[in-house]
Amino acid sequence: MSDRVVLVTGGNRGIGHAIATRLAAAGHQVAITSRSGKADDADGLLVVKADVTDPDSVDAAVSEVEAKLGNVEVLVSNAGITKDGLILRMSDDEFTAVVDANLTGSFRVAKRVSKGMMRGRWGRMIFISSISGLGGQPGQANYSASKAGLIGMARTFAKEFSSRGITANVVCPGPIVTDMLMELSDEQRAAFERAVPIGRLGQPDEIAAAVEFLASESAGYITGTVLPIDGGLSMG
Amino acid sequence: MSDNFDRFKKCAVDVLSVDEAQVVPDATFESLDADSLDLVELVMALEEEFDVNVEEEELEGVNTIQAAFDLVTSKL
Ligand SMILES: NC(=O)c1ccc[n+]([C@@H]2O[C@H](COP(=O)([O-])OP(=O)(O)OC[C@H]3O[C@@H](n4cnc5c(N)ncnc54)[C@H](OP(=O)(O)O)[C@@H]3O)[C@@H](O)[C@H]2O)c1
Repeated sequence: MSDRVVLVTGGNRGIGHAIATRLAAAGHQVAITSRSGKADDADGLLVVKADVTDPDSVDAAVSEVEAKLGNVEVLVSNAGITKDGLILRMSDDEFTAVVDANLTGSFRVAKRVSKGMMRGRWGRMIFISSISGLGGQPGQANYSASKAGLIGMARTFAKEFSSRGITANVVCPGPIVTDMLMELSDEQRAAFERAVPIGRLGQPDEIAAAVEFLASESAGYITGTVLPIDGGLSMG
Repeated sequence: MSDNFDRFKKCAVDVLSVDEAQVVPDATFESLDADSLDLVELVMALEEEFDVNVEEEELEGVNTIQAAFDLVTSKL
């Protein structure tokens, strides 16, 4: 397999870290962003500092990756936040902050790296959405909107850049054991576990495995696809 | 031809991967195998080279090297 230059946003922990580690193990040159500029357990990874809500910081981070590793060929847009609350108690600010980080943030990074992919006539964009973006989730109007938005955006990238050998796909994780899930109450987590047909929560590496495939040469005919990885939770 | 046209030509050669000899005023982008995405990319390179700003709408109807050159140099 040919090695590629990979950028994983929010690759310092959780699902992003599992993806970065797995792609590095597969022989790719992997850069990750973190807001602090540091990451635990970054063996073999290039750590760059970026806050996806800040366009200048995105530009600087991608420039650093380009200077050190070359043009980004595989983007895994994974950075994301939640600010849950029922609709009646959700402020405009809570809504737009989540959309800005999860949706506009992804747009900033994907647009920034698309130039290099166009030049190279090859690219893989993989957007980490969520099953909340497919079916909605009480308490997550902001988050669900941002994650649904990623689908339309990714499909537009897929169409606009198809002539340049660039694919864009979306992965929708179900409940995966990370810090984000730990923000839920024990009761909410137990409810998820019961609702999942496979009967357990998912592991970050189960997302990473699919991302590795979507990033590969073999996935060249897959674009604009939405892939739920959720133990069967969102079937249908 | 002018110094500006040489700078323009260099951008076109880089971005469109064509030979210098193909970048003549009445060449159409179609004849250079350039699609709308190439044109946007070329304009971005020209904006940088000439330090000008071209709006999306202004690209409408810009089909030839001459038209693109005029558009950019009209802003200098
Ligand atoms: N866990 C799940 O069950 C689940 C389910 C569906 C979808 N997802 C999605 O999967 C992705 C990863 O989630 P996770 O569970 O791994 O979450 P996590 O453990 O909370 O990690 C989130 C990551 O995003 C980064 N991040 C947040 N805001 C950022 C910003 N403004 N700029 C740059 N980086 C930012 C964080 O960086 P810092 O360390 O600097 O904060 C961190 O690396 C997210 O998009 C999430 O929505 C997760």
